[in-house]
Amino acid sequence: MRKIVTAVMGTISGLVLLFSYHTSTNSEATTSPGGADTDAGTSSSSGTYTGDAVQTRWGPVQVQITVENGTITSADAIQYPDENRRDQQINAYAIPQLNAEVVQAQSAQIDTISGATVTSDGYLQSLQSAIDNAHL
Amino acid sequence: MTTPVAPLAGAAPDLPRRAFVAQIMGLPISVHVRGPRARDEAVAHAVEQSFAELRADDATFSVWKPDSPVSRIRDGRDSLAEAHPRIRHVAALCELAGHRTGSAFSAWLPDDEGTIRFDPTGLVKGWAVEQAFVGLVGRLRQFGAHDAVINAGGDIAVHCTRTDTPAWRIAIEDPRDRSRLLRTLELRTGAVATSGTAARGRHITDPATGVPAIGLLSASVIGPELTWADVYATAAFVKGPTAVGWLATLAHHAAVLVAPDGGVTSVRAAE
Repeated sequence: MRKIVTAVMGTISGLVLLFSYHTSTNSEATTSPGGADTDAGTSSSSGTYTGDAVQTRWGPVQVQITVENGTITSADAIQYPDENRRDQQINAYAIPQLNAEVVQAQSAQIDTISGATVTSDGYLQSLQSAIDNAHL
Repeated sequence: MTTPVAPLAGAAPDLPRRAFVAQIMGLPISVHVRGPRARDEAVAHAVEQSFAELRADDATFSVWKPDSPVSRIRDGRDSLAEAHPRIRHVAALCELAGHRTGSAFSAWLPDDEGTIRFDPTGLVKGWAVEQAFVGLVGRLRQFGAHDAVINAGGDIAVHCTRTDTPAWRIAIEDPRDRSRLLRTLELRTGAVATSGTAARGRHITDPATGVPAIGLLSASVIGPELTWADVYATAAFVKGPTAVGWLATLAHHAAVLVAPDGGVTSVRAAE
């Protein structure tokens, strides 16, 4: 699996292929004759892999992926054509839709709350502290 | 607890998640990490390192600690021109913030006696939190794919490295009733900052007049970087209702303004 990943990581199109075919790659790994036993297969199909930097018309691009039990859980460009970090962030950023719904404060569906600056004194009464407490 | 958004195929809804809270710069700062090793000690160390960086910035930039390097500049014991590069960098960012906001943001503000002094506080918090967060995201990389969010007293930066998780769901509170939430948004990478006086009734000074701004109850700005979302939220609060036209010129940003009568205006810049 590691070899497959490393080889395919050579190009960006390779990454796209890897996304498209990771299911079949998994089944291949489990069904291929002479394949590693289950334990070794599990351990070898998890990890972080960094591809070679690829020259594109805009400049070098390098991608890092994380594989957990044979499934890609993360793909991150770690080198961009433009080294400027502001552009990197904007590349990954899209203006979100603002939902007009008014949500009850008790809603468990909120991860974090933006508001006028909370002081340390006011924290214990804040909704954010309740959210934090749920995950400490 | 239900998952708010239908996760992508292959999602791992039971990913470990852990919150960390510290009190720094007089603010509650919470960090949430989700991912396979979120509850490992190694991740706790990575988060603690970010908290340590924020404490170091507080020691450098505090205008409340009488012997901090910035306090020494404020009262003339040291000169800004010869200050530590990190302080001069912040001073340069403050200049840029003045240009980008039509002077609605300034690091030269009156002190309690009315004397104009160097006060980068309005930029330092967002900038320091963003720096600490970017460092954390980089350190988490070695432990696999993790998502993270930081909330510093209501100003937020989020990052998703994973592809199988729902976006972070962020609420903007109602400045008239802080137990109510006015808007929600979903963000995988970016920042949300809110300026207002609801929490501590503390004034935000209009640099043009030297008096507190009163045109809005709160201004929230959503954008790619916390430093600038924070600066733009402060500037929008100072500008008041007329900030709408200016905010619409800010590419990659959106905003929510709450008027004194409770009216809500959402602004989305053209792409």
